[in-house]
Amino acid sequence: MGSVAEEITHKVIKKGAASSSALARVLKYSGVRLLSLFVTVVIGIYLTIMIANMGGYVDKMMKAEIQERITMQIARSPAFKQMDPATKTQLTQEKIASEIERLNLDQPLMIRSVGFLKNALTLNLGRAQNMTSDSGSRSVKAIILERIPYTLLLMGTANLFLFFVTVFLALGLSRKYGSFWDKLVIALSPTSTAPPWIYGIFLILIFAAVLKILPFGGVIDAPVPQDFMGRALSVLRHLILPASSLILSSFFLSIYNWRTFFLIYSSEDYVDMAKAKGLPSRDIERKYILRPTLPTIITSFALILIAMWTGAIITETVFNWPGLGRVTYKAIGLYDTPVIVGTTIIYAYLLAVTVFLLDFVYALVDPRVKIGGSGAQK
Amino acid sequence: MKNLRNIFREIVRYPSAIFGSIVVLILIVAAVVVIVKVPYNEAINQWRGGEQVWGKNPRNVPPIWYNWFREEKLVESLDMKEGDEGVTVLQEVTEGGTPIKTITFDFDFEYDNFPQDLVLYFTSTFEAKKPFVSIKLITPDQREIKVGSFAIGATHTYPLLQDTALRKRLRGVVPNIGLFINPDFEEQIPVQGPYQLVIEAITFEPDSTIEAEFVMHGQVFGWAGTDHLRRDLTLPLMWGIPIALAFGLIAALGTSVLTMIIAAIGTWYGGIVDGIIQRITEINLVLPFLSILIMIGTFYSRSIWVILGATVALSIFTGGIKSYRAIFMQVKESTYIEAARAYGARDWRIIFQYLIPRIIPLLIPGLVSSVPAFVFLEASLALLGIGDPVLPTWGKTINEAYANAALYRGWYYWILEPLVLLMVTGLGFAMLGFALDRIFNPRLRGI
Repeated sequence: MGSVAEEITHKVIKKGAASSSALARVLKYSGVRLLSLFVTVVIGIYLTIMIANMGGYVDKMMKAEIQERITMQIARSPAFKQMDPATKTQLTQEKIASEIERLNLDQPLMIRSVGFLKNALTLNLGRAQNMTSDSGSRSVKAIILERIPYTLLLMGTANLFLFFVTVFLALGLSRKYGSFWDKLVIALSPTSTAPPWIYGIFLILIFAAVLKILPFGGVIDAPVPQDFMGRALSVLRHLILPASSLILSSFFLSIYNWRTFFLIYSSEDYVDMAKAKGLPSRDIERKYILRPTLPTIITSFALILIAMWTGAIITETVFNWPGLGRVTYKAIGLYDTPVIVGTTIIYAYLLAVTVFLLDFVYALVDPRVKIGGSGAQK
Repeated sequence: MKNLRNIFREIVRYPSAIFGSIVVLILIVAAVVVIVKVPYNEAINQWRGGEQVWGKNPRNVPPIWYNWFREEKLVESLDMKEGDEGVTVLQEVTEGGTPIKTITFDFDFEYDNFPQDLVLYFTSTFEAKKPFVSIKLITPDQREIKVGSFAIGATHTYPLLQDTALRKRLRGVVPNIGLFINPDFEEQIPVQGPYQLVIEAITFEPDSTIEAEFVMHGQVFGWAGTDHLRRDLTLPLMWGIPIALAFGLIAALGTSVLTMIIAAIGTWYGGIVDGIIQRITEINLVLPFLSILIMIGTFYSRSIWVILGATVALSIFTGGIKSYRAIFMQVKESTYIEAARAYGARDWRIIFQYLIPRIIPLLIPGLVSSVPAFVFLEASLALLGIGDPVLPTWGKTINEAYANAALYRGWYYWILEPLVLLMVTGLGFAMLGFALDRIFNPRLRGI
């Protein structure tokens, strides 16, 4: 992470003032910023760990669950039928103790939580307590890596489509505002308050249940097609409905917001001035409207890129899409703290790095912003 | 007052605002009516009651209004007992001195398919000797079908579909079809017209009484249909209104007001206080919002009020606090604040009496617009199966429909009704909020 920061620092220095005081300022700012972001991530993750254990409450539930499971297991097993009760009780106790030890439940939560935190921060995601990956591994890394392609496919398709299409449409609309299409978008923008799964259910109803042309859910047909093209087409067919519901649920509001945003910037005095000078509208758009809005567009794009890594718990549930959201949900149901923390730490790191880098990107695209100056401390 | 009238005049200019206000108003009135008509405890008891409460409803059938859009009419449910219209009772005494009670259920059958189920419920009083009933059905074409005859106890339920002897008599056709089928046709077509179900009850003791109730489970029921447990969906759809409104409004109000106050305090004191608030906001950004709510729901409590509290707590320190902060920064520099400071007003007085009232107009659109998000959040959590365990809500109805593969089996009404109500509620608040935003936010005016 440090090297990336340095690289950008170099760029900033090349572009900006080359004096040594600027370098010192940038370095100091980067240091303070990195430290504060790191502390933020640490506290955020620690809170997540504590919530995932409900401050020790989950421990009690897990212990009770282990006790019951092993007692039942031994009572039911025909292998122990002949054993005398005293030995049986002893065996049960030993098994319970070893299971509790396996899950580290014999240590107090305070100590364990520090361990969880250390492992999370060093990205040593460790082993899941109860979950296994589809390939049978207990490694949290395997569980998460197995699902990341599906989440990236779904979220990537939906988010990238949303971002580029809405920004371009909004730019077009802001040029002819007050037109029929503009009014239509304004009228339809309240539809975006409904979350994706609502549209998902409507789409399933129309295209899967009534028209029967697209699948209800899942990622691929069963049996899986033999050739690559067949598999790709099958995945694509399964992708249409979940991706459309994610897109539909924020399409109009997104256009509306961008459009309003562009409109606010195109009603600035310097734009009027440029118009009065008789500059061609393409130039006005590029130099006077898009340029000052660039930081916001970049921020939005960066946030979209990291949002792709989180998965959509409910949409994935409705469409039975085996992404990260489903894993998180399943992990919560199984009290599997390492998996819950694993999915959180990836997002937290991505977010922290993005926030850190964005400051530098602002300085690159906006000459008014100075790193470590008063401009950056918004 | 004049201000209010101006706002009202502005609202009327936006058609979407009118639609939104009407929806919100209707919902609020409906919520009050529902709470008054079906009190909280009664609603829960009914919803969680089993066959006792819902046994006389058909299972998984669409609402009555399905018939309005259909050429072939679906059988409507029927529940007749003595005293109802169409039920005639005749008390006679035979020559031997045995009293006979003849109960006749007259009903019109003008449908193109068959009922789901037919059940007779008997109640009787006697000392030692059980009364005896014999049942026959007279079809519109004047055929007489012997249904069954048997002795009954104090209470007796006679499900016609499970009577194998009757089935044999109907040449192996299931009674709900066999009793109504037209024998002249190859395919299964019902005979339409007035039917008579006649019950002759013989009692053997002078004080012995007998009563009968005839229930025909149709293919449509009520205004909302029924679910897999025969429950009338009108109840969760109606009770969903106050719950959705309460959750949405309380969460929206709590979040926006607390966010505003905290932003005001942070801006006013500045320095460390402001720094702490900013750091908390950043930490909150890292926390997975939905996962935490699911964890609280799974590990701790599924009560709607606990989830509500957690939702508000997690929603305070978000992007909203930054936009309020930006506005307060401007207001803080105003001359009237300077004047207040000059004459020595206390900090709290300035915050609560000068700073906050100034931006309340900005708070209202945001508050109204954020209601749908919380309404949908409650439904989303219910969809994941962590809704409140006792309350009947829209989200839970969708969850149960989904768990029973309603879309796959064609029970569309079950999932569509709560979904449409959710959409209408969300759209109503959103449209109103959007319009208010344009009215109160001068920067957007004209855009």
